[in-house]
Amino acid sequence: MTDLLRALRRNRLALAGGIILCILTIVAIFGPLLTPSDPFLARMPLRLRPPSCTNLFGTDSLGRDVLSRVIHGSRVSLKSGFLVVCISSVVGIFLGVAAGYSAKATDAILMRFVDFLLAFPSLLLAILIVAILGPGLNNAILAVSIAYIGPVARLARGVTIKVKGYEFVEAARASGGGRCHIVLRHIMPNILSPLIVQIALNLGGAIVDIAGLSFIGLGARPPVPEWGAMLASGRRYIRIAWWLTTFPGIAIMASVLACVFIGDGVREILDPKYRS
Amino acid sequence: MAPVVFLVTLVVFLSARLVPGGPVEALTQGRRMSPEAIERFRVDLGLDQPWYVQYWKWAGKILSGDFGTSIRSRRLVVVEILYNFPHTVELVFASLLLAVPFGILLGVYAALKQHSVFDYFCTTLSVVGVSMPAFWLALMLMLLFSVQLGWLPTSGLLDPRVALKPITHFYLLDALITRNFVAIGNFFHHLVLPSVVLATIPLAYITRMVRSSMLDVLRLDYVSVARAKGVPETRVILKHALRNALIPVTIVIGTVTGLLLGGAILTETIFGLPGMGRLMVESILERDFPVIQACVLVFALGYSLVTLLTDITCQLIDPKARYD
Repeated sequence: MTDLLRALRRNRLALAGGIILCILTIVAIFGPLLTPSDPFLARMPLRLRPPSCTNLFGTDSLGRDVLSRVIHGSRVSLKSGFLVVCISSVVGIFLGVAAGYSAKATDAILMRFVDFLLAFPSLLLAILIVAILGPGLNNAILAVSIAYIGPVARLARGVTIKVKGYEFVEAARASGGGRCHIVLRHIMPNILSPLIVQIALNLGGAIVDIAGLSFIGLGARPPVPEWGAMLASGRRYIRIAWWLTTFPGIAIMASVLACVFIGDGVREILDPKYRS
Repeated sequence: MAPVVFLVTLVVFLSARLVPGGPVEALTQGRRMSPEAIERFRVDLGLDQPWYVQYWKWAGKILSGDFGTSIRSRRLVVVEILYNFPHTVELVFASLLLAVPFGILLGVYAALKQHSVFDYFCTTLSVVGVSMPAFWLALMLMLLFSVQLGWLPTSGLLDPRVALKPITHFYLLDALITRNFVAIGNFFHHLVLPSVVLATIPLAYITRMVRSSMLDVLRLDYVSVARAKGVPETRVILKHALRNALIPVTIVIGTVTGLLLGGAILTETIFGLPGMGRLMVESILERDFPVIQACVLVFALGYSLVTLLTDITCQLIDPKARYD
Protein backbone atom coordinates (compact mmCIF):
# COMPACT_ATOMS: atom_id res chain seq x y z
CA MET A 1 0.00 0.00 0.00
CA THR A 2 2.87 2.39 0.89
CA ASP A 3 4.56 1.45 -2.39
CA LEU A 4 1.35 2.22 -4.23
CA LEU A 5 1.07 5.65 -2.63
CA ARG A 6 4.70 6.39 -3.50
CA ALA A 7 4.12 5.29 -7.10
CA LEU A 8 0.93 7.37 -7.24
CA ARG A 9 2.94 10.48 -6.36
CA ARG A 10 5.26 9.77 -9.29
CA ASN A 11 2.42 9.08 -11.80
CA ARG A 12 1.45 12.36 -13.49
CA LEU A 13 -2.09 11.27 -14.34
CA ALA A 14 -2.88 10.10 -10.83
CA LEU A 15 -1.18 13.17 -9.37
CA ALA A 16 -3.33 15.51 -11.49
CA GLY A 17 -6.48 13.61 -10.47
CA GLY A 18 -5.42 13.64 -6.82
CA ILE A 19 -4.77 17.40 -6.88
CA ILE A 20 -8.17 18.16 -8.50
CA LEU A 21 -9.97 15.90 -6.02
CA CYS A 22 -8.06 17.44 -3.08
CA ILE A 23 -8.99 20.97 -4.20
CA LEU A 24 -12.65 19.96 -4.57
CA THR A 25 -12.61 18.27 -1.16
CA ILE A 26 -11.01 21.32 0.50
CA VAL A 27 -13.61 23.56 -1.19
CA ALA A 28 -16.34 21.23 0.10
CA ILE A 29 -14.98 21.15 3.67
CA PHE A 30 -14.37 24.90 3.95
CA GLY A 31 -17.38 25.78 1.77
CA PRO A 32 -19.15 28.08 4.27
CA LEU A 33 -15.94 30.14 4.64
CA LEU A 34 -15.37 30.40 0.89
CA THR A 35 -18.86 31.31 -0.37
CA PRO A 36 -19.09 35.01 -1.33
CA SER A 37 -22.73 35.15 -0.17
CA ASP A 38 -25.47 33.02 1.38
CA PRO A 39 -26.29 30.27 -1.16
CA PHE A 40 -29.91 30.15 0.06
CA LEU A 41 -30.56 33.91 0.19
CA ALA A 42 -33.05 34.95 -2.51
CA ARG A 43 -32.71 38.52 -3.86
CA MET A 44 -35.36 38.98 -6.53
CA PRO A 45 -34.03 42.33 -7.88
CA LEU A 46 -30.76 40.52 -8.77
CA ARG A 47 -32.41 37.57 -10.56
CA LEU A 48 -30.78 36.04 -13.66
CA ARG A 49 -27.77 38.40 -13.70
CA PRO A 50 -24.98 37.16 -16.04
CA PRO A 51 -21.46 36.52 -14.69
CA SER A 52 -19.83 39.75 -13.53
CA CYS A 53 -17.22 40.99 -11.01
CA THR A 54 -19.78 40.96 -8.18
CA ASN A 55 -21.27 37.57 -9.12
CA LEU A 56 -18.53 35.57 -10.84
CA PHE A 57 -20.91 32.75 -11.95
CA GLY A 58 -24.00 35.02 -12.23
CA THR A 59 -27.26 34.68 -10.30
CA ASP A 60 -30.16 32.23 -10.60
CA SER A 61 -33.91 32.71 -11.03
CA LEU A 62 -34.26 33.75 -7.37
CA GLY A 63 -31.24 36.07 -7.41
CA ARG A 64 -29.03 33.62 -5.47
CA ASP A 65 -25.29 33.67 -6.21
CA VAL A 66 -24.48 30.68 -8.46
CA LEU A 67 -20.81 30.52 -7.33
CA SER A 68 -21.90 30.21 -3.69
CA ARG A 69 -24.37 27.52 -4.65
CA VAL A 70 -21.77 25.59 -6.71
CA ILE A 71 -19.36 25.75 -3.73
CA HIS A 72 -22.08 24.68 -1.30
CA GLY A 73 -23.16 22.04 -3.85
CA SER A 74 -19.72 20.46 -3.67
CA ARG A 75 -20.47 19.61 -0.02
CA VAL A 76 -23.67 17.81 -1.00
CA SER A 77 -22.42 16.12 -4.19
CA LEU A 78 -19.00 15.02 -2.89
CA LYS A 79 -20.45 13.86 0.44
CA SER A 80 -23.04 11.82 -1.46
CA GLY A 81 -20.34 10.35 -3.70
CA PHE A 82 -18.05 9.46 -0.80
CA LEU A 83 -20.96 7.94 1.16
CA VAL A 84 -21.95 5.79 -1.83
CA VAL A 85 -18.36 4.62 -2.26
CA CYS A 86 -17.98 3.84 1.47
CA ILE A 87 -21.22 1.83 1.71
CA SER A 88 -20.79 -0.02 -1.58
CA SER A 89 -17.09 -0.75 -0.98
CA VAL A 90 -17.55 -2.08 2.56
CA VAL A 91 -20.50 -4.30 1.62
CA GLY A 92 -19.02 -5.27 -1.78
CA ILE A 93 -15.60 -6.19 -0.35
CA PHE A 94 -17.23 -8.15 2.48
CA LEU A 95 -19.43 -10.11 0.05
CA GLY A 96 -16.60 -10.64 -2.44
CA VAL A 97 -14.05 -11.79 0.13
CA ALA A 98 -16.63 -14.02 1.83
CA ALA A 99 -17.57 -15.58 -1.52
CA GLY A 100 -13.96 -15.97 -2.66
CA TYR A 101 -12.65 -17.42 0.60
CA SER A 102 -15.62 -19.61 1.59
CA ALA A 103 -16.78 -23.03 0.45
CA LYS A 104 -18.45 -23.52 -2.93
CA ALA A 105 -22.03 -23.44 -1.59
CA THR A 106 -21.58 -20.05 0.15
CA ASP A 107 -19.77 -18.73 -2.91
CA ALA A 108 -22.62 -19.86 -5.19
CA ILE A 109 -25.33 -18.27 -3.02
CA LEU A 110 -23.49 -14.97 -2.61
CA MET A 111 -22.58 -14.75 -6.27
CA ARG A 112 -26.18 -15.38 -7.41
CA PHE A 113 -27.12 -12.34 -5.34
CA VAL A 114 -24.29 -10.36 -6.97
CA ASP A 115 -25.39 -11.62 -10.42
CA PHE A 116 -28.86 -10.32 -9.63
CA LEU A 117 -27.41 -6.87 -8.81
CA LEU A 118 -25.44 -6.95 -12.04
CA ALA A 119 -28.55 -7.94 -14.04
CA PHE A 120 -29.63 -4.30 -13.94
CA PRO A 121 -27.76 -1.33 -15.40
CA SER A 122 -26.63 0.59 -12.26
CA LEU A 123 -28.81 3.65 -12.88
CA LEU A 124 -31.88 1.48 -13.53
CA LEU A 125 -31.39 -0.45 -10.28
CA ALA A 126 -30.95 2.84 -8.41
CA ILE A 127 -34.17 4.16 -9.98
CA LEU A 128 -36.05 0.97 -8.98
CA ILE A 129 -34.87 1.35 -5.38
CA VAL A 130 -35.82 5.05 -5.35
CA ALA A 131 -39.23 4.03 -6.74
CA ILE A 132 -39.68 1.77 -3.71
CA LEU A 133 -38.26 4.12 -1.08
CA GLY A 134 -39.56 7.36 -2.59
CA PRO A 135 -37.63 10.32 -4.06
CA GLY A 136 -35.10 12.16 -1.85
CA LEU A 137 -31.33 12.60 -1.49
CA ASN A 138 -30.86 10.03 1.30
CA ASN A 139 -32.85 7.41 -0.58
CA ALA A 140 -30.89 8.20 -3.76
CA ILE A 141 -27.60 7.69 -1.87
CA LEU A 142 -28.80 4.35 -0.51
CA ALA A 143 -30.09 3.31 -3.94
CA VAL A 144 -26.87 4.15 -5.79
CA SER A 145 -24.84 2.44 -3.02
CA ILE A 146 -26.79 -0.81 -3.50
CA ALA A 147 -26.40 -0.51 -7.28
CA TYR A 148 -22.60 -0.19 -6.92
CA ILE A 149 -22.13 -3.23 -4.67
CA GLY A 150 -22.15 -5.70 -7.58
CA PRO A 151 -19.00 -4.65 -9.48
CA VAL A 152 -16.95 -4.29 -6.25
CA ALA A 153 -18.09 -7.70 -4.95
CA ARG A 154 -17.29 -9.44 -8.23
CA LEU A 155 -13.81 -7.92 -8.42
CA ALA A 156 -13.12 -8.60 -4.73
CA ARG A 157 -14.08 -12.24 -5.19
CA GLY A 158 -11.80 -12.61 -8.23
CA VAL A 159 -8.72 -11.18 -6.52
CA THR A 160 -9.46 -13.06 -3.27
CA ILE A 161 -9.51 -16.38 -5.15
CA LYS A 162 -6.18 -15.44 -6.75
CA VAL A 163 -4.50 -14.33 -3.50
CA LYS A 164 -5.92 -17.30 -1.55
CA GLY A 165 -3.79 -19.63 -3.70
CA TYR A 166 -0.51 -17.84 -2.89
CA GLU A 167 2.08 -19.59 -0.75
CA PHE A 168 2.11 -17.01 2.04
CA VAL A 169 -1.61 -17.63 2.64
CA GLU A 170 -1.01 -21.39 2.71
CA ALA A 171 1.89 -20.82 5.10
CA ALA A 172 -0.35 -18.73 7.39
CA ARG A 173 -2.98 -21.47 7.31
CA ALA A 174 -0.38 -24.17 8.01
CA SER A 175 0.95 -22.23 10.98
CA GLY A 176 -2.53 -22.28 12.52
CA GLY A 177 -3.79 -18.84 11.53
CA GLY A 178 -7.54 -18.42 11.99
CA ARG A 179 -9.91 -17.53 9.15
CA CYS A 180 -10.39 -13.91 10.32
CA HIS A 181 -6.67 -13.47 10.91
CA ILE A 182 -5.79 -14.73 7.41
CA VAL A 183 -8.45 -12.57 5.75
CA LEU A 184 -7.58 -9.40 7.65
CA ARG A 185 -3.77 -9.72 7.80
CA HIS A 186 -2.89 -11.56 4.58
CA ILE A 187 -5.73 -11.29 2.06
CA MET A 188 -7.10 -7.76 2.60
CA PRO A 189 -3.79 -5.87 2.20
CA ASN A 190 -3.12 -7.73 -1.05
CA ILE A 191 -6.51 -7.21 -2.68
CA LEU A 192 -6.88 -3.51 -1.92
CA SER A 193 -4.64 -2.22 -4.70
CA PRO A 194 -6.67 -3.61 -7.63
CA LEU A 195 -9.87 -2.59 -5.85
CA ILE A 196 -8.73 1.05 -5.66
CA VAL A 197 -9.14 1.38 -9.47
CA GLN A 198 -12.76 0.22 -9.23
CA ILE A 199 -13.46 2.36 -6.15
CA ALA A 200 -12.01 5.50 -7.80
CA LEU A 201 -14.14 4.93 -10.91
CA ASN A 202 -17.16 4.23 -8.70
CA LEU A 203 -16.71 7.60 -6.97
CA GLY A 204 -16.95 9.41 -10.31
CA GLY A 205 -19.89 7.25 -11.39
CA ALA A 206 -21.67 7.81 -8.07
CA ILE A 207 -21.38 11.61 -8.32
CA VAL A 208 -22.84 11.46 -11.85
CA ASP A 209 -25.61 9.02 -10.89
CA ILE A 210 -26.66 11.04 -7.83
CA ALA A 211 -26.65 14.19 -9.99
CA GLY A 212 -28.62 12.31 -12.66
CA LEU A 213 -31.24 11.17 -10.15
CA SER A 214 -31.55 14.73 -8.81
CA PHE A 215 -31.77 16.02 -12.39
CA ILE A 216 -34.86 13.91 -13.13
CA GLY A 217 -36.42 14.80 -9.78
CA LEU A 218 -35.67 11.58 -7.88
CA GLY A 219 -32.77 12.82 -5.73
CA ALA A 220 -32.07 16.13 -3.97
CA ARG A 221 -34.96 18.56 -4.12
CA PRO A 222 -34.81 22.40 -4.30
CA PRO A 223 -33.59 24.46 -2.52
CA VAL A 224 -30.73 21.98 -1.77
CA PRO A 225 -27.86 23.18 -3.99
CA GLU A 226 -26.89 19.74 -5.32
CA TRP A 227 -25.16 20.02 -8.73
CA GLY A 228 -27.71 17.81 -10.57
CA ALA A 229 -30.66 19.63 -9.00
CA MET A 230 -29.05 22.97 -9.99
CA LEU A 231 -28.79 21.77 -13.59
CA ALA A 232 -32.44 20.73 -13.51
CA SER A 233 -33.63 24.11 -12.27
CA GLY A 234 -31.29 25.97 -14.67
CA ARG A 235 -32.63 23.96 -17.61
CA ARG A 236 -35.86 26.01 -17.63
CA TYR A 237 -33.86 29.19 -18.31
CA ILE A 238 -31.44 27.70 -20.83
CA ARG A 239 -32.52 30.16 -23.55
CA ILE A 240 -31.78 33.26 -21.45
CA ALA A 241 -29.28 32.18 -18.77
CA TRP A 242 -26.55 29.82 -20.04
CA TRP A 243 -24.52 30.19 -16.82
CA LEU A 244 -27.12 28.32 -14.73
CA THR A 245 -26.38 25.03 -16.52
CA THR A 246 -22.74 25.59 -17.47
CA PHE A 247 -21.00 25.98 -14.10
CA PRO A 248 -22.62 23.14 -12.10
CA GLY A 249 -21.93 20.86 -15.10
CA ILE A 250 -18.24 21.87 -15.17
CA ALA A 251 -18.05 21.07 -11.44
CA ILE A 252 -19.52 17.57 -12.00
CA MET A 253 -17.17 16.96 -14.91
CA ALA A 254 -14.08 18.12 -12.99
CA SER A 255 -14.82 15.74 -10.12
CA VAL A 256 -15.47 12.80 -12.45
CA LEU A 257 -12.36 13.62 -14.49
CA ALA A 258 -10.29 13.58 -11.27
CA CYS A 259 -11.64 10.11 -10.41
CA VAL A 260 -10.95 8.80 -13.93
CA PHE A 261 -7.36 10.17 -13.75
CA ILE A 262 -6.79 8.48 -10.38
CA GLY A 263 -8.33 5.22 -11.62
CA ASP A 264 -6.24 5.24 -14.81
CA GLY A 265 -3.11 6.21 -12.87
CA VAL A 266 -3.49 3.34 -10.41
CA ARG A 267 -4.18 0.95 -13.28
CA GLU A 268 -1.02 2.12 -15.03
CA ILE A 269 1.00 1.50 -11.87
CA LEU A 270 -0.48 -1.91 -11.16
CA ASP A 271 -0.61 -3.28 -14.70
CA PRO A 272 2.79 -3.36 -16.44
CA LYS A 273 0.95 -3.69 -19.78
CA TYR A 274 -0.44 -0.16 -19.43
CA ARG A 275 2.90 1.31 -18.38
CA SER A 276 4.35 1.00 -21.87
CA MET B 1 -29.44 -16.79 -16.76
CA ALA B 2 -32.59 -18.56 -15.45
CA PRO B 3 -31.85 -17.97 -11.71
CA VAL B 4 -31.10 -14.31 -12.43
CA VAL B 5 -34.36 -13.88 -14.37
CA PHE B 6 -36.23 -15.54 -11.49
CA LEU B 7 -34.58 -13.18 -8.98
CA VAL B 8 -35.31 -10.15 -11.17
CA THR B 9 -39.01 -11.05 -11.48
CA LEU B 10 -39.19 -11.81 -7.75
CA VAL B 11 -37.71 -8.43 -6.81
CA VAL B 12 -39.92 -6.58 -9.30
CA PHE B 13 -42.94 -8.41 -7.80
CA LEU B 14 -41.83 -7.59 -4.26
CA SER B 15 -41.10 -3.94 -5.11
CA ALA B 16 -44.78 -2.97 -4.77
CA ARG B 17 -44.93 -4.95 -1.51
CA LEU B 18 -41.84 -3.23 -0.06
CA VAL B 19 -43.22 0.29 -0.47
CA PRO B 20 -43.71 2.01 2.90
CA GLY B 21 -47.41 1.50 3.62
CA GLY B 22 -47.57 -1.79 1.71
CA PRO B 23 -49.04 -2.80 -1.66
CA VAL B 24 -52.45 -1.21 -1.07
CA GLU B 25 -50.74 2.15 -0.55
CA ALA B 26 -48.64 1.56 -3.69
CA LEU B 27 -51.57 0.53 -5.86
CA THR B 28 -54.08 3.13 -4.63
CA GLN B 29 -51.52 5.96 -4.36
CA GLY B 30 -52.58 6.52 -0.74
CA ARG B 31 -56.20 7.43 -1.59
CA ARG B 32 -58.47 7.60 1.48
CA MET B 33 -60.56 4.40 1.63
CA SER B 34 -62.81 2.87 4.23
CA PRO B 35 -61.44 -0.24 6.03
CA GLU B 36 -64.10 -2.39 4.26
CA ALA B 37 -63.06 -1.02 0.86
CA ILE B 38 -59.39 -1.69 1.67
CA GLU B 39 -60.22 -5.27 2.70
CA ARG B 40 -62.27 -5.80 -0.49
CA PHE B 41 -59.37 -4.35 -2.52
CA ARG B 42 -56.96 -6.74 -0.79
CA VAL B 43 -59.16 -9.77 -1.53
CA ASP B 44 -59.68 -8.65 -5.16
CA LEU B 45 -55.95 -8.37 -5.68
CA GLY B 46 -55.30 -11.66 -3.88
CA LEU B 47 -53.25 -9.90 -1.19
CA ASP B 48 -54.85 -12.09 1.51
CA GLN B 49 -52.96 -15.09 0.09
CA PRO B 50 -49.35 -16.12 0.91
CA TRP B 51 -46.72 -14.17 -1.05
CA TYR B 52 -45.51 -17.17 -3.04
CA VAL B 53 -49.07 -17.87 -4.26
CA GLN B 54 -49.36 -14.19 -5.20
CA TYR B 55 -46.00 -14.35 -7.00
CA TRP B 56 -47.01 -17.48 -8.91
CA LYS B 57 -50.26 -15.87 -10.09
CA TRP B 58 -48.49 -12.59 -10.92
CA ALA B 59 -45.80 -14.41 -12.94
CA GLY B 60 -48.52 -16.31 -14.83
CA LYS B 61 -50.25 -13.04 -15.71
CA ILE B 62 -46.98 -11.43 -16.81
CA LEU B 63 -46.23 -14.40 -19.07
CA SER B 64 -49.61 -13.92 -20.73
CA GLY B 65 -48.85 -10.21 -21.20
CA ASP B 66 -51.16 -8.95 -18.47
CA PHE B 67 -49.27 -6.24 -16.58
CA GLY B 68 -52.44 -4.70 -15.14
CA THR B 69 -53.84 -1.20 -15.65
CA SER B 70 -51.99 2.09 -15.30
CA ILE B 71 -53.21 4.12 -12.31
CA ARG B 72 -52.26 7.34 -14.10
CA SER B 73 -53.69 6.85 -17.59
CA ARG B 74 -56.26 4.10 -16.85
CA ARG B 75 -54.93 2.29 -19.93
CA LEU B 76 -53.60 -1.26 -20.03
CA VAL B 77 -49.91 -1.24 -19.08
CA VAL B 78 -49.09 -3.50 -22.02
CA VAL B 79 -50.55 -0.85 -24.35
CA GLU B 80 -48.36 1.82 -22.72
CA ILE B 81 -45.34 -0.42 -23.19
CA LEU B 82 -46.20 -1.16 -26.82
CA TYR B 83 -46.52 2.58 -27.53
CA ASN B 84 -43.25 3.53 -25.84
CA PHE B 85 -40.90 0.54 -26.24
CA PRO B 86 -40.33 1.02 -30.01
CA HIS B 87 -39.13 4.62 -29.49
CA THR B 88 -36.53 3.56 -26.92
CA VAL B 89 -35.36 0.80 -29.28
CA GLU B 90 -35.01 3.36 -32.09
CA LEU B 91 -32.99 5.70 -29.89
CA VAL B 92 -30.72 2.96 -28.48
CA PHE B 93 -30.11 1.49 -31.96
CA ALA B 94 -29.29 4.90 -33.42
CA SER B 95 -26.78 5.47 -30.61
CA LEU B 96 -25.25 2.01 -31.02
CA LEU B 97 -24.90 2.64 -34.76
CA LEU B 98 -22.99 5.82 -33.95
CA ALA B 99 -20.93 4.47 -31.06
CA VAL B 100 -19.77 1.05 -32.31
CA PRO B 101 -18.45 1.77 -35.85
CA PHE B 102 -17.01 5.18 -34.95
CA GLY B 103 -15.51 3.82 -31.72
CA ILE B 104 -13.82 0.96 -33.58
CA LEU B 105 -12.55 3.29 -36.35
CA LEU B 106 -11.15 5.88 -33.94
CA GLY B 107 -9.64 3.22 -31.66
CA VAL B 108 -7.94 1.34 -34.52
CA TYR B 109 -6.58 4.49 -36.13
CA ALA B 110 -5.33 5.84 -32.78
CA ALA B 111 -3.54 2.53 -32.11
CA LEU B 112 -1.96 2.48 -35.57
CA LYS B 113 -0.76 6.07 -35.12
CA GLN B 114 0.35 5.64 -31.50
CA HIS B 115 1.95 8.77 -29.97
CA SER B 116 0.72 10.91 -32.90
CA VAL B 117 -1.38 14.08 -32.53
CA PHE B 118 -4.44 12.08 -33.59
CA ASP B 119 -3.74 9.47 -30.90
CA TYR B 120 -3.45 12.13 -28.18
CA PHE B 121 -6.60 13.82 -29.50
CA CYS B 122 -8.54 10.52 -29.39
CA THR B 123 -7.22 9.64 -25.91
CA THR B 124 -8.16 13.09 -24.55
CA LEU B 125 -11.55 12.92 -26.24
CA SER B 126 -12.27 9.47 -24.81
CA VAL B 127 -11.26 10.52 -21.26
CA VAL B 128 -13.44 13.64 -21.50
CA GLY B 129 -16.26 11.58 -23.03
CA VAL B 130 -16.19 9.04 -20.21
CA SER B 131 -16.19 11.85 -17.60
CA MET B 132 -18.93 13.96 -19.12
CA PRO B 133 -22.41 13.53 -17.62
CA ALA B 134 -24.79 12.81 -20.51
CA PHE B 135 -27.48 15.12 -19.16
CA TRP B 136 -25.04 18.05 -19.03
CA LEU B 137 -23.76 17.34 -22.53
CA ALA B 138 -27.39 17.30 -23.67
CA LEU B 139 -27.95 20.75 -22.20
CA MET B 140 -24.75 22.15 -23.72
CA LEU B 141 -25.52 20.76 -27.19
CA MET B 142 -29.09 22.04 -26.89
CA LEU B 143 -27.71 25.47 -25.98
CA LEU B 144 -25.39 25.49 -29.00
CA PHE B 145 -27.33 23.75 -31.77
CA SER B 146 -30.90 24.58 -30.79
CA VAL B 147 -30.79 27.88 -28.91
CA GLN B 148 -27.79 29.68 -30.48
CA LEU B 149 -27.68 28.24 -34.00
CA GLY B 150 -31.31 27.09 -34.30
CA TRP B 151 -30.28 24.09 -36.41
CA LEU B 152 -31.86 21.27 -34.43
CA PRO B 153 -35.11 20.88 -32.47
CA THR B 154 -34.97 20.81 -28.66
CA SER B 155 -37.57 18.14 -28.00
CA GLY B 156 -39.68 15.32 -29.41
CA LEU B 157 -39.00 12.68 -32.05
CA LEU B 158 -41.40 14.04 -34.65
CA ASP B 159 -42.85 17.48 -35.36
CA PRO B 160 -46.53 17.51 -34.24
CA ARG B 161 -47.42 19.04 -37.63
CA VAL B 162 -46.07 15.98 -39.46
CA ALA B 163 -48.86 13.42 -39.82
CA LEU B 164 -47.78 9.78 -39.51
CA LYS B 165 -50.15 6.82 -39.39
CA PRO B 166 -49.08 4.56 -36.49
CA ILE B 167 -48.76 0.92 -37.58
CA THR B 168 -45.83 -0.62 -35.71
CA HIS B 169 -45.17 2.44 -33.47
CA PHE B 170 -41.59 2.47 -34.76
CA TYR B 171 -41.59 5.93 -36.37
CA LEU B 172 -39.00 4.98 -38.98
CA LEU B 173 -40.73 1.73 -39.97
CA ASP B 174 -44.15 3.41 -40.10
CA ALA B 175 -42.75 6.20 -42.27
CA LEU B 176 -41.11 3.65 -44.58
CA ILE B 177 -44.26 1.52 -44.82
CA THR B 178 -46.42 4.53 -45.64
CA ARG B 179 -43.66 6.03 -47.86
CA ASN B 180 -43.86 9.24 -45.87
CA PHE B 181 -40.48 10.77 -46.73
CA VAL B 182 -41.25 14.06 -44.98
CA ALA B 183 -41.67 12.10 -41.74
CA ILE B 184 -38.40 10.19 -42.33
CA GLY B 185 -36.46 13.44 -42.75
CA ASN B 186 -38.19 15.02 -39.76
CA PHE B 187 -37.52 11.94 -37.61
CA PHE B 188 -33.78 11.94 -38.38
CA HIS B 189 -33.65 15.70 -37.81
CA HIS B 190 -35.11 15.16 -34.32
CA LEU B 191 -32.98 12.09 -33.61
CA VAL B 192 -29.57 13.75 -34.16
CA LEU B 193 -29.12 15.44 -30.77
CA PRO B 194 -30.50 12.67 -28.50
CA SER B 195 -28.59 9.91 -30.29
CA VAL B 196 -25.31 11.88 -30.27
CA VAL B 197 -25.75 12.58 -26.53
CA LEU B 198 -26.55 8.96 -25.77
CA ALA B 199 -23.70 7.66 -27.94
CA THR B 200 -20.96 9.85 -26.41
CA ILE B 201 -20.07 7.78 -23.33
CA PRO B 202 -20.27 4.39 -25.14
CA LEU B 203 -18.20 5.87 -27.99
CA ALA B 204 -15.54 6.96 -25.52
CA TYR B 205 -15.53 3.52 -23.84
CA ILE B 206 -15.28 1.64 -27.13
CA THR B 207 -12.52 3.93 -28.47
CA ARG B 208 -10.44 3.37 -25.29
CA MET B 209 -11.06 -0.37 -25.37
CA VAL B 210 -10.29 -0.83 -29.09
CA ARG B 211 -7.14 1.29 -28.86
CA SER B 212 -5.67 -0.62 -25.92
CA SER B 213 -6.78 -4.01 -27.29
CA MET B 214 -5.36 -3.22 -30.74
CA LEU B 215 -2.04 -2.08 -29.22
CA ASP B 216 -1.80 -5.39 -27.32
CA VAL B 217 -2.51 -7.47 -30.42
CA LEU B 218 -0.16 -5.49 -32.69
CA ARG B 219 2.74 -6.47 -30.37
CA LEU B 220 2.02 -10.21 -30.60
CA ASP B 221 4.27 -12.62 -32.49
CA TYR B 222 1.74 -13.77 -35.08
CA VAL B 223 1.34 -10.18 -36.31
CA SER B 224 5.12 -9.86 -36.68
CA VAL B 225 5.20 -13.24 -38.47
CA ALA B 226 2.44 -12.13 -40.86
CA ARG B 227 4.37 -8.93 -41.61
CA ALA B 228 7.64 -10.89 -42.07
CA LYS B 229 5.89 -13.21 -44.54
CA GLY B 230 5.08 -10.14 -46.63
CA VAL B 231 1.33 -10.07 -46.00
CA PRO B 232 0.03 -6.62 -47.06
CA GLU B 233 -0.38 -4.21 -44.09
CA THR B 234 -4.15 -3.74 -44.64
CA ARG B 235 -4.63 -7.51 -44.48
CA VAL B 236 -2.44 -7.76 -41.36
CA ILE B 237 -4.54 -5.11 -39.65
CA LEU B 238 -7.99 -6.28 -40.76
CA LYS B 239 -7.56 -10.05 -40.77
CA HIS B 240 -4.91 -10.74 -38.13
CA ALA B 241 -5.01 -7.88 -35.66
CA LEU B 242 -8.52 -6.39 -35.71
CA ARG B 243 -10.34 -9.72 -35.57
CA ASN B 244 -8.57 -10.66 -32.35
CA ALA B 245 -8.65 -7.14 -30.95
CA LEU B 246 -12.44 -7.09 -31.30
CA ILE B 247 -13.00 -10.01 -28.89
CA PRO B 248 -12.70 -7.91 -25.69
CA VAL B 249 -14.70 -5.19 -27.45
CA THR B 250 -17.60 -7.62 -27.97
CA ILE B 251 -17.65 -8.18 -24.22
CA VAL B 252 -17.79 -4.42 -23.67
CA ILE B 253 -20.87 -4.14 -25.95
CA GLY B 254 -22.89 -5.73 -23.09
CA THR B 255 -21.67 -3.07 -20.64
CA VAL B 256 -22.25 -0.39 -23.26
CA THR B 257 -25.85 -1.51 -23.73
CA GLY B 258 -26.34 -1.15 -19.98
CA LEU B 259 -24.98 2.40 -20.23
CA LEU B 260 -27.30 3.09 -23.17
CA LEU B 261 -30.38 1.80 -21.32
CA GLY B 262 -29.53 3.85 -18.22
CA GLY B 263 -28.66 6.83 -20.42
CA ALA B 264 -31.92 6.47 -22.38
CA ILE B 265 -33.86 7.18 -19.18
CA LEU B 266 -32.08 10.53 -18.79
CA THR B 267 -31.93 11.39 -22.50
CA GLU B 268 -35.65 10.78 -23.04
CA THR B 269 -36.47 12.90 -20.00
CA ILE B 270 -34.23 15.81 -21.10
CA PHE B 271 -35.37 15.86 -24.73
CA GLY B 272 -39.01 15.10 -23.89
CA LEU B 273 -38.96 12.02 -26.12
CA PRO B 274 -41.60 9.33 -25.95
CA GLY B 275 -40.07 6.10 -24.64
CA MET B 276 -39.71 3.64 -21.79
CA GLY B 277 -37.31 5.84 -19.80
CA ARG B 278 -39.57 8.86 -19.71
CA LEU B 279 -42.59 6.64 -19.03
CA MET B 280 -40.75 5.12 -16.07
CA VAL B 281 -39.64 8.45 -14.57
CA GLU B 282 -43.14 9.93 -14.90
CA SER B 283 -44.63 6.78 -13.35
CA ILE B 284 -42.19 6.95 -10.40
CA LEU B 285 -43.03 10.59 -9.77
CA GLU B 286 -46.73 9.67 -9.75
CA ARG B 287 -46.23 6.34 -7.92
CA ASP B 288 -47.85 4.37 -10.77
CA PHE B 289 -46.53 0.97 -9.64
CA PRO B 290 -48.00 -1.33 -12.33
CA VAL B 291 -46.17 0.73 -14.99
CA ILE B 292 -42.95 0.98 -12.93
CA GLN B 293 -42.88 -2.81 -12.51
CA ALA B 294 -43.46 -3.41 -16.20
CA CYS B 295 -40.77 -0.89 -17.24
CA VAL B 296 -38.15 -2.32 -14.87
CA LEU B 297 -38.96 -5.84 -16.02
CA VAL B 298 -38.63 -4.92 -19.69
CA PHE B 299 -35.34 -3.05 -19.11
CA ALA B 300 -33.81 -5.79 -16.93
CA LEU B 301 -34.85 -8.67 -19.17
CA GLY B 302 -33.67 -6.75 -22.24
CA TYR B 303 -30.31 -6.15 -20.59
CA SER B 304 -30.00 -9.82 -19.52
CA LEU B 305 -30.82 -10.89 -23.08
CA VAL B 306 -28.14 -8.59 -24.52
CA THR B 307 -25.60 -9.97 -22.00
CA LEU B 308 -26.52 -13.53 -23.02
CA LEU B 309 -26.23 -12.68 -26.74
CA THR B 310 -22.85 -11.04 -26.05
CA ASP B 311 -21.61 -14.24 -24.36
CA ILE B 312 -22.82 -16.36 -27.29
CA THR B 313 -21.19 -14.01 -29.83
CA CYS B 314 -17.91 -14.15 -27.88
CA GLN B 315 -17.95 -17.94 -28.01
CA LEU B 316 -18.67 -17.87 -31.73
CA ILE B 317 -15.81 -15.53 -32.62
CA ASP B 318 -13.33 -16.78 -30.02
CA PRO B 319 -12.88 -20.57 -30.02
CA LYS B 320 -10.85 -20.35 -26.78
CA ALA B 321 -13.89 -18.99 -24.90
CA ARG B 322 -15.79 -22.22 -25.65
CA TYR B 323 -13.35 -24.19 -23.50
CA ASP B 324 -13.16 -21.72 -20.57
